[in-house]
Amino acid sequence: MNPIAKIGQLTLRFIASVGTLSIFIARSSVAVTRPPYYLRLVLQQMLRIGYFSLPVVALTSFFTGGVLALQIYYGGNEFNSEVIVASIVALGITRELGPVLGGLMVAGRVSSAIAAEIGTMRVTEQIDALTTLSTDPFKYLVAPRVLAAILSMPLLVLLADIIGVMGGFVVSTQLLDFNAPLYVQNTIDFIEFDDVSSGLIKASVFGYIIAIMGCFNGYFSAGGAQGVGRATTNAVVSASILILSANYIMTSLFFSS
Amino acid sequence: MTKKNLIELSGVYKSFGKKEVLKGIDLSIEEGQSVVVIGGSGSGKSVMMKTILGLLKPDTGSIKVNGIETTELNEAHQHEVNKLFGMLFQNGALFDSLTIWENVAFAAIQNNKCSEEEARHIAREALERVGLGPDLLDMTPAALSGGMHKRVGLARAIANRPKILFFDEPTTGLDPIMTDVINHLIRECVQDLGASTLTITHDMSSVRAIADKVAFLYLGKIIWQGALEDMQDSDNAYLTQFVNGDVEGPIFVEGTQ
Repeated sequence: MNPIAKIGQLTLRFIASVGTLSIFIARSSVAVTRPPYYLRLVLQQMLRIGYFSLPVVALTSFFTGGVLALQIYYGGNEFNSEVIVASIVALGITRELGPVLGGLMVAGRVSSAIAAEIGTMRVTEQIDALTTLSTDPFKYLVAPRVLAAILSMPLLVLLADIIGVMGGFVVSTQLLDFNAPLYVQNTIDFIEFDDVSSGLIKASVFGYIIAIMGCFNGYFSAGGAQGVGRATTNAVVSASILILSANYIMTSLFFSS
Repeated sequence: MTKKNLIELSGVYKSFGKKEVLKGIDLSIEEGQSVVVIGGSGSGKSVMMKTILGLLKPDTGSIKVNGIETTELNEAHQHEVNKLFGMLFQNGALFDSLTIWENVAFAAIQNNKCSEEEARHIAREALERVGLGPDLLDMTPAALSGGMHKRVGLARAIANRPKILFFDEPTTGLDPIMTDVINHLIRECVQDLGASTLTITHDMSSVRAIADKVAFLYLGKIIWQGALEDMQDSDNAYLTQFVNGDVEGPIFVEGTQ
């Protein structure tokens, strides 16, 4: 095929996908804001998205905090290391690593699960069945997942922040022989409300991205088992890329001043 | 006295990209009438049914349900119209995450906000109509065989006592005895409820068991329609070939000519 025609075809396909996603986002926003609300389903999804992701996010965060402490210590100035390690671990975890790594881990775990579940419902006609039973799939399937992800991600990241700082604390006090009360004091001195709150706002946005990408890719999956597999992969990849780019935009907005 | 038409399609066209699937469908279903649409795979049967159910919008043409033009309805009004419908999907399309009683009484729970006790009663009654016992109520769809899936799907379709029932290949994939059971159940349910039905199938035993009127769809057009008794003696060569299952004839069968 003519390469220019190929580029044209790819561009058209890309624009069509952006259009479909925009309509999907608009419809899901309407579904989230207007009744009926399925509170039971929101709570059920919060349990799946938030609570069951806790072990994986906690482990990621703990080891990241520990590694961060080691790297700063070995790479930095040893004379003032007790202050520097505590402050950089606290800021690094709360501002960036807690929300971003937590978001990426939840994207891998939850976005894929949402895409697989909704995708299977699509190919087995369960979504059509919902419509014939006078139930809007956006309200019944998409809205509870989006709401649950927006609400549970900040809680999850708050815990990840605490566990990450603890990881740094454990490594610093047990391996590097830092003074424990001094480490805690340094952490408290350096950490500010804005550091934590900016991370939690990021977490909410990442939750939205994770749920929307999972639902979108699942909702439009086609072609049987292979289609569901493709939807699952696309959900994780697109959610991860969007999380990283949204993180850059939000960081530049929050900390530019 | 002529009966009222519950469903009326005139000049319905539907294409997907360059592929024209429906090329001007005219069909009507009277009150209490059982219409069966037959046709080969890819003839447009499922697309036609989905346009009536509002799952797909036709490109042009008119679809009236109980006198209401549905082609221009918004989603909320379409959901109201869908309350007249009951639908048995090809593979049952039961919701995996719900129990049998929640599946069967789904419309009552979502639309009428009935209590668990009422919902269980509705489910028990509907299951009884399709010859299933209350022991199934708390099971999940994964525990059922293919034939049971169809029967529970039928129970869900009739639970809300709809005016119009749709059956998508109701006997595909079933053994001859279960096929006969499903055909009888459909006939009985329709008589009990006094509902009109539209069935799409290529199983001629189903056609003979449940049809009042037969329509033959070939390459997106209804090329023959009439009473069941007239089907066998029709001089339409296409219909005769399809009904008798002959390889030789005017219908193009891939790989044979």
